[in-house]
Amino acid sequence: MAVDANPHPTPSASALRGFFDGDVWHSFRSSPVAMLAAVITLICFVCALFAEVVAPHNPFDLATLELMDSLKPPVWVSGGESKYLLGTDGQGRDILSALMYGARISLLVGIASVLLSIVIGVSLGLLAGFLGGRTDAFVMRICDVMLSFPSILVALMISGVGRSLFPNAPDALAFVVLVLAISLTGWVQYARTVRGSTLVERNKEYVQAARVIGVGSFRIMRRHVLPNVLGPVLVLATIQIASAIITEATLSFLGVGVPVTSPSLGTLIRNGNDYLFSGEWWITAWPSLTLVLITLSVNLLGDWLRDALNPRLR
Amino acid sequence: MTAPLLEVSHLRVEFPTRRGTLLALDDISFSIAPGEILGVVGESGAGKSLTGAAIIGLLDPPGRIAAGEIRLAGRRIDNLPYEQMRRVRGREIGAVFQDPLTSLNPLYTVGHQLVETITTHLDLTASQARTRAIELLASTGIPAPEARIDHFLHQFSGGMRQRVVIALALAASPKLIVADEPTTALDVSIQAQIIALLKKVCKDQGAAVMLVTHDMGVIAETCDRVAVMYAGRIAEIGPVADVIHRPAHPYTVGLMGSIPAMDEDRERLLQIDGSMPRLTAIPAGCAFNPRCDRVVERCRVERPDLAQVGATSAACWRPVTVEVAR
Amino acid sequence: MIASSRDTNARQAFSNFMLVFILRRLAQAVVVMLSVAFIAFMLFQYVGDPVTNLLGQDATEEQRTALRKDLGLDQPFPVQFARFAVNAAQGEFGISLRQGRKVSSLIVERFPATLELALVAGLIALGFGIPLGVYAALRRGKASAQLLMTGTLFGVSLPNFVIGIVLIWVFAVELKWLPSFGRGEVVDFGGWTSGLLTRDGLLHLILPAFTLSAFQLTLIMRLVRAEMLEVLRTDYIRFARARGLTNRSVYFGHALKNTLVPVITITGLQLGSLIAFAIITEQVFQWPGMGLLFIQAVQFADIPVMAAYLCLISLIFVVINLGVDLLYFAVDPRLRVEGKAH
Repeated sequence: MAVDANPHPTPSASALRGFFDGDVWHSFRSSPVAMLAAVITLICFVCALFAEVVAPHNPFDLATLELMDSLKPPVWVSGGESKYLLGTDGQGRDILSALMYGARISLLVGIASVLLSIVIGVSLGLLAGFLGGRTDAFVMRICDVMLSFPSILVALMISGVGRSLFPNAPDALAFVVLVLAISLTGWVQYARTVRGSTLVERNKEYVQAARVIGVGSFRIMRRHVLPNVLGPVLVLATIQIASAIITEATLSFLGVGVPVTSPSLGTLIRNGNDYLFSGEWWITAWPSLTLVLITLSVNLLGDWLRDALNPRLR
Repeated sequence: MTAPLLEVSHLRVEFPTRRGTLLALDDISFSIAPGEILGVVGESGAGKSLTGAAIIGLLDPPGRIAAGEIRLAGRRIDNLPYEQMRRVRGREIGAVFQDPLTSLNPLYTVGHQLVETITTHLDLTASQARTRAIELLASTGIPAPEARIDHFLHQFSGGMRQRVVIALALAASPKLIVADEPTTALDVSIQAQIIALLKKVCKDQGAAVMLVTHDMGVIAETCDRVAVMYAGRIAEIGPVADVIHRPAHPYTVGLMGSIPAMDEDRERLLQIDGSMPRLTAIPAGCAFNPRCDRVVERCRVERPDLAQVGATSAACWRPVTVEVAR
Repeated sequence: MIASSRDTNARQAFSNFMLVFILRRLAQAVVVMLSVAFIAFMLFQYVGDPVTNLLGQDATEEQRTALRKDLGLDQPFPVQFARFAVNAAQGEFGISLRQGRKVSSLIVERFPATLELALVAGLIALGFGIPLGVYAALRRGKASAQLLMTGTLFGVSLPNFVIGIVLIWVFAVELKWLPSFGRGEVVDFGGWTSGLLTRDGLLHLILPAFTLSAFQLTLIMRLVRAEMLEVLRTDYIRFARARGLTNRSVYFGHALKNTLVPVITITGLQLGSLIAFAIITEQVFQWPGMGLLFIQAVQFADIPVMAAYLCLISLIFVVINLGVDLLYFAVDPRLRVEGKAH
């Protein structure tokens, strides 16, 4: 019996077709909640991505702002205008437009952080699982220590250190530090999962056979182990996106997140908080609602995905 | 003939699933006399454990009893509401499960679990219950029971644990014990001890036993009668010696033939071709017909009922009679 | 006779094991603390100016030169680190860059506020989370349980500060029932200030405590439900039913106890997490605790305060971890004799 050096081919078009025929798609179509969540997520993504086109105003173009229009309530409250559907803030900025631009920043930072987390986590997990021994012990130690610290603290520390090191940093650098801070709070889960799968795969015969033939370690890891691990990583990612978005929002709310010139939803909430007691509830309400809507939808999708991919529950 | 203690009539157990309804037990009928030990033997998946679970009323949902009756001392128990069935369990029917390591709660002492069972069913004070618990431990052969009653699960070895489980099953003096593979998870050297113990304490208390196992050796040693199950049906049932030495159903013949014997000189192990059908693909007529070497056209069409053949009852249109076997 | 000597042997073995275990964990704790101290040290020395960190921004040039010599900034690295570590162990972290006061006194001042908030939030999370989780497990599939689980999804998706803002809006702005700012009236006894003893203090505690507890509450509820469902599937629960035990015995005698063992330990670890998340809650409610201090330090790049907070939080975590491990011993009999669970 010939030993198949690659019994797990990488996903291809036929696999994609198989996906649509399979249980996962069926489960999706039979779950109205998942479909609703997907629709909402899609709408938010599109609005955020094409904010310039979709938003009725550009809240950052100072020339278009009219102070006279500040603190206007939403259109259905007396005093509101149809020009500013959801009202305006203290500087006359249209809340609806600010929402879309803000959502874009929130989503961008969130997704970028998750991607970076995945890169860091998967690489470290592969290394730890495949090389074993002291590398493994070392990486796992770091994971344990990092897991015992709450993520917000790690993010705050890195943010704080970044600010101290580069007090007059340009915006781009601030974003980099922010993305780094958030991604360093989330990589541990990926590392552990990937390490676990790698350990399992490493002992399988096809890997040993590949080694005997002389295929290099990295190639084995990349071509054979990685595809098997993508499933759980995908599920983790959907859950982590919501968590990353929340972390970014929290940091921005605390004033140590995105730079002031590119407000995210968290910044908007922070700004609006000051007006809560004077009655202009809409300035903080709409960004809060949007944030919750996005994270809820992503979480629902993640939950559904996890149940759909869990063989035990089928 | 005395009235049977347990009477199962035309029992059907179904599992409704997304892909249709699976029939796990198809028209099972048998009875157990008081004090009798009935063995239930068959391959994995034949439905032996399910029969036991149905009798004690602990079918895992979505499984349910779809038809048939189960009577204990004349009284129907398959349709009782949960609370009434709960009182039957433990008090009238005891159970012994396969793995003693997972049968007991690791966080409570053995004594605690014994006493709670005793006080649930019998009207005894706490100290009376404790005394009885110590007696039970002693009767199942556990040394120094006064001390060990306060020990935890992990302080017992495998065989000892199963003795504790047996003590628990007998705590309220039930008249019937359902033992589901009680020795499968134990070392071979311990198996004989536990089986002997089970037989002894049940005879002492006058309890009947339904012994579910896939081990024919255990059946031969212990049981008075044996039922052979196949694909959710009873293939043959009768006194142990007759089923073993003069099997009538071709499946039983194959089973007995495939057991290697120390005093025989064989070069190859006999086996029955093919394998037991899955629940989703049970053949029409007799479930065994694709693998049977005595098959005729009738077997593929009509399902045979249990009929007396010599000393045993077999569900077969062409059973092996003694004349043919000779 | 045999049994009793076996028992004494077991007891002796157990105490030996405990001793070894405690010593090993203490050693681990020391290692962790040293690593944290190292990171804090790096912050102190290389981010910003350590002299400024220690003396504050208003120090004169003479004071600076004197300190530089004193600190021995030309001394080898390990010596500087040792000095820092020794100082840190005594709680000496220099002077806050933002407030010009000693860091240690700032922290001591603020600590009670945060601790009280975290403890009350923890109690709320446990007190509601466990019963609700048990309910959701036992009534699985029923509408009420489904509703609860959907609620947990909200709890996990809503950020801490959004919950706070909503609560403020409902209870402070619209209904005007509860205060939303600060700690209210506190009683001072010898260094510890407590808001628990005055009605005003308690009123001020309500909204922040509930906000802080929300996330942990959902977590505990989900955990308890998941654990309980797992436990209900075990063989020993099945055997308990097979013995005819009442539902009450099965659920609350057996299932609950086995469910709570892992839950208790995880909850212990949550206390540390609560103290950290208090950072956000304190910002929303302007609660004068360590968290608010820390945020202001991050915004201002106030390194001494950041370093001190880091060390203190690590210490708290390490102590809690150790306590939880000991708690495991007390609760799970399997660990007592053999030293490991099956």
